[in-house]
Amino acid sequence: MGTLRARAGYALLAAVPLAVIALFFLYPVGGMLARGFWVDGSFAPGQVVPVFERSIVQRALWFTLWSAAAGTAGSVLLGVPVAWVLHRLRFPGRDLLRALTMVPFVLPTVVVGVAFRQLLVSSGPLGFLHLDGTAAAIVAALVFFNVSVVVRTVGSFWAGLDPRQGQAAAALGATPLQVFRTVTLPALLPGIVSAASVVFLFCATAFGVVLVMGGLRYANIETEIYQLTTQELDLTGAAALSVLQVAVITVLLLLSARAHRDTPPVTRTADLLRRPGRRHLPAFGWTLLVLVFLMAPIVELVVASLRTADGWGLGNYRALGTTGERDALLVPALVGLRNSFEIALGAAALALSLGTLVAFLVSRRPRRAAARRVVGVFDAVFMLPLGVSAVTLGFGFLITLDRPPIDLRTSPALIPIAQAMVALPLVVRTVAPVLRSIDPRQRQAAASLGAGPVRVLLAVDLPTAWRALLAATGFAFAVSLGEFGATSFLARSDNPTLPVVIYQLIARPGEQNFGMAMAASVILAAATALVMLVVERLRVGSMGAF
Amino acid sequence: MPRPSVQSLRRSALAARRLRPLALAASLLLVAGLVAGCGSSSSAADSKTLVVATHDSWAMSKQVMADFEKKTGITVKIQPQGDAGELTNKLVLTKGDPLADMVYGIDNTFASRAVDAGVLAPYTPPQQPASVSRFAPGKGDGAGQLTPIDYGDVCVNVDDSWFARHHLSPPASLGDLTRPAYKNLFVTEGATTSSPGLAFLLTTIAKEGSGWQDYWKRLMANGTKIDAGWSDAWDVDYTAGGGHGDRPIVLSYASSPPDTVDKQTGKPTTSALLNTCFRQIEYAGVLRGASNPRAAKEFIDFMLGKQFQAALPEEMYVYPVDTSVKLPADWARWAKVAPNPVTMPPHEITAHRAQWLSTWRDLTSQ
Repeated sequence: MGTLRARAGYALLAAVPLAVIALFFLYPVGGMLARGFWVDGSFAPGQVVPVFERSIVQRALWFTLWSAAAGTAGSVLLGVPVAWVLHRLRFPGRDLLRALTMVPFVLPTVVVGVAFRQLLVSSGPLGFLHLDGTAAAIVAALVFFNVSVVVRTVGSFWAGLDPRQGQAAAALGATPLQVFRTVTLPALLPGIVSAASVVFLFCATAFGVVLVMGGLRYANIETEIYQLTTQELDLTGAAALSVLQVAVITVLLLLSARAHRDTPPVTRTADLLRRPGRRHLPAFGWTLLVLVFLMAPIVELVVASLRTADGWGLGNYRALGTTGERDALLVPALVGLRNSFEIALGAAALALSLGTLVAFLVSRRPRRAAARRVVGVFDAVFMLPLGVSAVTLGFGFLITLDRPPIDLRTSPALIPIAQAMVALPLVVRTVAPVLRSIDPRQRQAAASLGAGPVRVLLAVDLPTAWRALLAATGFAFAVSLGEFGATSFLARSDNPTLPVVIYQLIARPGEQNFGMAMAASVILAAATALVMLVVERLRVGSMGAF
Repeated sequence: MPRPSVQSLRRSALAARRLRPLALAASLLLVAGLVAGCGSSSSAADSKTLVVATHDSWAMSKQVMADFEKKTGITVKIQPQGDAGELTNKLVLTKGDPLADMVYGIDNTFASRAVDAGVLAPYTPPQQPASVSRFAPGKGDGAGQLTPIDYGDVCVNVDDSWFARHHLSPPASLGDLTRPAYKNLFVTEGATTSSPGLAFLLTTIAKEGSGWQDYWKRLMANGTKIDAGWSDAWDVDYTAGGGHGDRPIVLSYASSPPDTVDKQTGKPTTSALLNTCFRQIEYAGVLRGASNPRAAKEFIDFMLGKQFQAALPEEMYVYPVDTSVKLPADWARWAKVAPNPVTMPPHEITAHRAQWLSTWRDLTSQ
């Protein structure tokens, strides 16, 4: 990237995603923050300081940090062995299991909250654990939602790792544990750190889970912002907390950048998947336990969806073609499913194209330190959407994108765009570590043989990254299908997504509405699993071969 | 076909390397522009479309809405904007450039916030049912701007069949809820996260006076559970709700018992304690700066008409402000309204809300 022209090219490439994120994220969020910092027309940053002195804010900060740390640790602990089993071994039904592990990630928190709590209340099947309303229940729910992120991100990173180094170590007498500690783990670390930082942000901004599971005894920064914005209209307080969120993310990103700064390139091979043997039993047992944990609330949902006023049956599913008991919905529930799919297609396409571009750019390793710093900042900017409150973003859309030329408040395009902003960091975090792990000498070799940049991309980057790209596609689609926070602030009555429909159903009285909410959740889960299966099947033939 | 020489290949590769990023970037910029461009479909106001901002609980039969559209030629677009608090705050934040032409669903606990912020335009329907004046907001609380449409009573509900099975007499008053006999039996909603929850807090403040904080301490000491929203309480914790939970006392509405009618006996298995109720009144109003205020006024008039008023109980579980409208049979029998509900002037609620809520949170989030 020596020539001025090439540098201009990179700058232009960077300008596209930057322009999008500036318009659809930084500007709306900035607008909300400005409302908080300008009190009665004058800039009053001093007003913000007392907010941090409120005891409830300090408690919320502390709870945010420790619950997110615990949720992240739990997700990594549960997820990494599963990632290995589902991405390094070959056995029948593996693709189905991969798809199933993705399901919790998209389920609406309102429904999972209810399903979880029906298991945990003292009259429920797990009532003897006395977990209902405890912090442990919140952390368990956080883990439930985020295990799939670890399985998918780490799995797609792990899948192509060359096993020969480990085999060599084993041949030299290393025990399996030593091989894992000294060979596999160091190679895998960038993938794990990447996944963990995403999960931490998800946990730190968890909203529905904390409200529903915590029974209001616990608050994190996100629920505080929600209350201050939607109930108390204390914009100064909300702005202060949003700034706090950004500060927490910045620290986190600095730490994670340090962790993957000096990681060596990794050699990759084509699929060398092993058949499982007896020595893999512990890992399989672990995977089975994790799956039971992930499926328990889903089974609870299925059971509840089959329970109707006249006994067991499919009545709730048939009712999805209607607007519910006493017109609970403005459109039939199935219209929500169609909307969700259309919106998810748009959101996934946008997130994937922008995210791949960003991943490509942040995976470059410029020689000059200043340029590296620029890349680092660029990388961080695209992680922000995960760490900033959906409430702030949603309200920001309302107050900033309201006049021509960008009067988007009532536009149906706003929802896929907002969802793409949320999915973008996941795409980057799935694809970038893989691109980064490519030995730059491979690209140099290709270029010296006469390949242009596009040819290098196709011949070197793509064969290595296609798996991660597939994983990212699935992710982006799933994020969009399940997104509720920002969507609920934007969704219009004539185009609600399925999670919005489910929320409307569950908030209304009537046994059938409750049953329909459960049935719609099961449909959402099934649709997600199906999409994941299809994505897994999209083996782009020659690309995987060498 | 002659093979290109190595030199020419390298030269073209070099040229491509310089140009490709530029070309790629330019085309991506174009795509982004298109995405943004096709989004900005104009929401040009035409006189035949009415946009109504409501709370999430909106529901109305298609027949009633179709009749309005047929009669007036106006197409109604309903836009739910969250609960009453979120709805009000969105209106305040978009003041001057409103999201809709009119609002329905601001209640007496949030009315004066909207009125003080000046988001409403003056309007009083020329013809009103006689009973409406009983529910109209006072001076400074939106008189001349907000028109009452319906009301509901937020009351403690008890699962009578559970108490019968356990040979226990159900509680009869707010005070009973703190008695040891009812330990761990009551589930309510958070005052900061749910509008019935806020109503219940206001009930305790109105009934217990300066002792309300002590009352909440006793309530919490007696094992009261606080859920985020109505559906969490009703669907998970309430014994008579969808999830068949383990708490037979719940905070809900005076209109809830008809939902628990037993198919065999034809009677509800639960009842509302009518001396524990707070009256919520829901209003409609024209938004200042609306692009179609004429249609908004027509719709508000229609909302006070017999047809709309009669449909309210079945659709939105609220009582019509026109008390001459006939209620559904099971409502007339099983969903009596409270004779002396707690009420509180909106400006008093607005003046103290922040302080009451923060005190309440300190009392309940130990």
